[in-house]
Order: sequence, then C-alpha cells, then structure tokens
Amino acid sequence: MALNRRSFLGAALAAGAAVSAPAVLGQGRPKVVVIGGGAGGATAARYIAKDSAGAIDVTLVEPTRTYFTCFFSNLYIGGFRELSSIAHSYGTLASDYGINVVHDWAVGVDRDTKTVTLASGHSLAYDRLVVAPGIDFVDESVPGWDLNAQIKMPHAWKAGSQTQLLKYQVEAMPEGGTFCMVAPPNPFRCPPGPYERVSMIAHVLKAQNPTAKILIVDPKEKFSKQALFEEGWQRHYSGMIDRIGPDFGGGNAEVRPDAMEVVIDGAVEKVDVCNVIPAQKAGHIAHLAGLADSSGFCPIVPATMQSRMDENIHVLGDACIAGDMPKSGFSANSQAKVAAMAVRAALTGSRAFPAKYSNTCWSLIETDDGVKVGASYQPTEEKIAKVDGFISQTGEDAALRKATYEESLGWYAGIAMDIFG
Amino acid sequence: MIHALRLMGERGVTGLALCLAFGAQAQEAPRAVPIGDVARGAEVWVFCSGCHQIGAGAENGIGPHLNRIFGRRAASVPEFPYSRSMQRAGRDQLIWTLETLDAYLENPKALVSGTRMSFEGLPDPEERADLLAYLRDFSASPANIPEAAPTARALVPALAPEVLAIAGDTAYGEYLSSECKTCHQSDGSDEGIPSIVLWPEEDFVLAMHAYKQKLRPHPVMQMMAGRLSDEEIAALAAYFGKLGL
Ligand SMILES: Cc1cc2nc3c(=O)[nH]c(=O)nc-3n(C[C@H](O)[C@H](O)[C@H](O)COP(=O)(O)OP(=O)(O)OC[C@H]3O[C@@H](n4cnc5c(N)ncnc54)[C@H](O)[C@@H]3O)c2cc1C
Repeated sequence: MALNRRSFLGAALAAGAAVSAPAVLGQGRPKVVVIGGGAGGATAARYIAKDSAGAIDVTLVEPTRTYFTCFFSNLYIGGFRELSSIAHSYGTLASDYGINVVHDWAVGVDRDTKTVTLASGHSLAYDRLVVAPGIDFVDESVPGWDLNAQIKMPHAWKAGSQTQLLKYQVEAMPEGGTFCMVAPPNPFRCPPGPYERVSMIAHVLKAQNPTAKILIVDPKEKFSKQALFEEGWQRHYSGMIDRIGPDFGGGNAEVRPDAMEVVIDGAVEKVDVCNVIPAQKAGHIAHLAGLADSSGFCPIVPATMQSRMDENIHVLGDACIAGDMPKSGFSANSQAKVAAMAVRAALTGSRAFPAKYSNTCWSLIETDDGVKVGASYQPTEEKIAKVDGFISQTGEDAALRKATYEESLGWYAGIAMDIFG
Repeated sequence: MIHALRLMGERGVTGLALCLAFGAQAQEAPRAVPIGDVARGAEVWVFCSGCHQIGAGAENGIGPHLNRIFGRRAASVPEFPYSRSMQRAGRDQLIWTLETLDAYLENPKALVSGTRMSFEGLPDPEERADLLAYLRDFSASPANIPEAAPTARALVPALAPEVLAIAGDTAYGEYLSSECKTCHQSDGSDEGIPSIVLWPEEDFVLAMHAYKQKLRPHPVMQMMAGRLSDEEIAALAAYFGKLGL
C-alpha cells in the first residue's frame, strides 16, 4: 500500500498536477481526522484543535456517545467509584474546542486518496490521520472463548456494560464459590490491570463472601508490581487468592462457557464467575488500514508517532508499538501530545519541540493501600526508550500508601480534564 | 534579648519528688531549658530569608512574614496567597506551636502536603531547635526586635544566578506543560495532587531544581524534573506563572 501511494504521488507530480500539494499551501483549512475517541484519540483531537486555534479542521470519529474509562473501572468493581464517575461524553470537545464529533465507526481507510470511510457510507478526507482505536482480541487465544461468550464469561477489558456485568456476577456469586480470571499474555493493555482487578474483587468478597476463592490462570512467568501485589494479598486477603503460573499449566487453559468450566492443563475446574482476558492486538481498523505488522500492533516513528507504513498517519495508544512504554491511558495521553505537536508542525508550520514521554500507573490493593510505578521515556531511532523510573516499595507505611491512593484520585481528575476538556 | 524557655513540666515534678525523698538539701533540677541557641538560629535563618522576612517592618514576600508566628493559626496572615493545602490546615485549626513548627520544619510536605514552601526540611533536631528559638524571639518580644541582620539571599537549592536569570520560553513551556497536565489540573484544583498554577516563577524554578537534585522527596516529580534542562524549567515556570491570568 505504501508503494501504491508513492507511485500515485509520483504520477501526480509527473503530470504537474497539484492534487496532492499539502493543504497548507492551498486554500481551506488543513484537515485532521482522528479515529477513536479514547485516551489517545480524544487527547490528540483536543490538543490539535486547542493549540491551532481554529487553523486546523479536526474531526473525531467515535462510535459511542459515552466513553467509560478502563482506568478506575476496577475501582468501580471494588465499590470505590460509581459507574457514572468514569463516564465521559464529547460535548465539551465539540462546544469548546470546535471539534466535529462524528458518532460512527470508521470502516476503511484509503491511504491513496487520503479518505476515511464510515459505516454510514459517508467519507472524510484528511491531510493527516490519527489512528487510536485501542485494542481488539486475538481470535482463539483462549480455546473455547469468542465474543459470543462474553455474556457468560465477560472480559471487561473494554469498560462499560462488560464491567457492570462482571461486577454483578461477582456480587451474585454463591457462598464459598470460585472466581476465576484467565489472565492475558504480553503485550496487553494495562499490565497491572488484571492484578488490581483481583485485588478489588477480593475486597468485595472479603466483605460479602469471605469463604469464596479467587483463581488466576496466568500464562506469564512474572507480572507488573508482582512483589507489591503479592505482599498486599498476603496482608489483606490471606488464603483467598491462588495463582497458577505457566509452570503449573497456566499457559494451557481452555474454557467451556456453557458448563462454566475451566480446563487447566487437562484438569477440569468448576467455577462460578470467569473473567476471560484474551490476547490482544491493535483495533481492527488499524489492520484494515494496513498499519499493523506481524506482531498485531502498529510500528511507529518514535519522535513523531507517525506510522512506519504511512507518514500521513499517526498511530497512538494501545494500538501502537511504543517501545518500552506500557499500554496505558497515561501513555496514550502522553503520546497524543507528541503526535499533536508533530501534526500541527506539519500542517501549519508551528514550532516543533523534542518529544518527551512519560507514564505512571497507580493501582489500589485495598482501601487506602495504593501503589504506583512509572517511568520517563525519550525517542531513539529505533524505539521509545526508557530514561528513568520508579516503583513503590514493599513495606511502605500506611500513611504513604494512603497518600499514593489520594494522588491517584487527583491524577484521574487531571487526566479526565486533559482528555475531554 | 530574652531567651525563650521551654517548660519541662514532668522532669520538674520528678526532680521535686526526688528532692523530697532525699532531703531538701539536694539542688533542684532545672524547671526549664532554653529551646535552643538564638545566635546559632540566626545562622540557620539564612535558609528561610530568601522567602521570609522577620523583624521590624517585615512584609510578606514569596512567603508570609514570620513575626509573632508562635500561637498563630496556619494561613492567617491577611492577604498572603496561601496554598489551598495550607488554608485547609488553618481551617482545621493547625496552630503554630513548638511541636507543630518543629514537625513542619523537619519536613514541610509531611505536615502540609500541598504547601508552596519549596524547602526540603531540616533533618537535624538541633538546627531546628536553634531556629525555633530564633523565631520565638520575634514572637514573645516584638518590642525588642533588632532589625533582622542583612543576610545573603539564601536559596534552596543553591542555584547559580544565571540559572535563575533565564527568561523562560513560554511557547516551549506550553508544550512541556502538557506533560504536567496529565496529573496537575490547569484550573488549579489540588485534590491529591497539588496545584502548580500561578506560582511566582522563581519559586517554581527552585522547586523543580529541588526535585531534580532529589532534595524534595516525591519520586514522580524527581523523575519528571530529572530530565528537564535549566531552560526547560524556566520555560515551564514562565508558562505556569501566568496560566489563567
Ligand atoms: C481494567 C483496566 C484498568 C486500567 N487502568 C489503567 C490505569 O489505572 N491507568 C492507565 O493509565 N491506564 C489504565 N488502563 C489502560 C487504558 O484504559 C488504555 O491503555 C487506554 O484506554 C488506551 O487508550 P487508547 O486511546 O489507545 O484506546 P481506548 O481508550 O480504548 O480508545 C479507543 C477508542 O476507539 C474507538 N474505536 C475503536 N475502533 C473504532 C473504529 N473503527 N472507528 C471509530 N472508533 C473506533 C473505541 O470505541 C474507543 O472509544 C486500564 C485498562 C483496563 C482494561
């Protein structure tokens, strides 16, 4: 496809046509289309619109009218947040920033004519395209599970009705029942997320159903903040949580949603609630647009977040290969700001500054017991590389853990305002 | 100059009991000891004098004046723009006493998490005691105060004047600020995470260098500031210093 585009450009130039001259030189405002109104896409749209002060025409394509953040969705399951507190709409982006918000699916990208096709049949022309569709699941990664099974065995790895369903299932578990999580292989969205979720479910069960058990079936040797979670589980939920790692068959799990069974290395376990978090890949549209490589995710240029497949496209957030950065809302937001600057510089000639990236992920283990991990990053030729980092320590005192949790509340308010205005 | 005295109630009583037991001829244990050494406290004061004034004619500067600090409620000097955190502490009836000031001086953020005082604290209890004795003198006997001796402007951390003199590039600061705004809200809210808007520029520069040099404790901020150049810190200070005005 990249080759096609080049040859098209070549032909146009040879013919002396001005068809593909950058819009900045022509009349009319340059056009940016953003696919996906999540942590990455909405931030990019907002920053491009805000900082170009009307010089760029920004359209945001997002099918849902209400976006539920995955971040803090575990706290909702744990009863620390209301569902409404993690719901956001696009009104301010439209009214205060002049962004055209189109509630529709992007179903195709024609990179030669630089147009995006929508499910409604309409199409949108762009000078620069930002692609931030998040993740989709890899088919057959957990044998026995597909999207048709998501009611019986929810993933809740995209927030909203799935999260609500999982919470209700946990609350309705029979006394002394078993909750099972089939954890995903790397790379996946939010590395500490499954383990924070287990903590929140343990918090609920401890109060409502203290003889219940939690079983984690995990294909990974190690996981994020492992020492901190294991210390916390021991301290707060002793005896409740078992994790089966790859040595004991955690990498060889099959599910039977109709029978509510999980088969681990051939042994059948009857479970009451089963949270299947499958292997992940870039959102479908990124594949349709030819932006992903054989890893299932999209390679990018570290300094600008441009796709390595097409310089007119920037890929952000969970869908891209961000080097050392984890897939998080914080990362997506950070990448969006670099991309926004690069897009503006390309379309309006505004100043470009060196790219800086950062991430911090807070997790809640139990009431007032918060931990965090974070790092700063910079682009190299090859990848987004880690510069420096930190992580909470085991054995920290209660006051520090409480302050860490309170900090996460401040962060949530801050990032929500930074994404949605 | 009157040296401030700390009453040693309990020790005094024990001493008295011992005297009675062993006969009245034993010398009575001292009933009070000085808080600290005022002259040495005046030397420690150079850490404070960059931002605070004390003595006759003292006015609010980067920080509030510190006359009559003992017994004063936190955030109660009229017209001084205290942090929301400090205002909250005042509302919660934090009174500046020997104990509370000692804790605050040891680690300001530990007592008032969102304080704007960019000072990493005095770990040495003796230095604190001496400084408290010095401050106490300006509370108990305002009439006797000598003019505060002219001191060199002490800045924490010590920064070369050229670094403080850098004029920040506001446009660059605006780009860099996008990274701060993931956590710090641009409307100045300070729940859980302190506000960073409308700081005096120099305060901002000092705070960021204090994180960069790992004088201030917070790991996220040490990391974020750690990779900012002097110019970038100045750019951020220039941008945030005017945000919302
Ligand atoms: C349980 C859980 C807890 C988490 N906790 C944290 C946390 O504490 N901190 C943190 O930083 N991160 C956390 N994360 C990770 C974070 O949610 C993601 O990394 C982040 O949402 C990624 O942003 P994104 O923009 O790439 O994708 P998303 O936020 O998923 O946004 C993608 C958007 O694109 C839209 N879209 C998809 N396809 C199309 C299409 N064809 N056309 C138009 N629109 C489309 C979708 O509707 C969606 O709104 C957590 C994740 C989970 C699952």
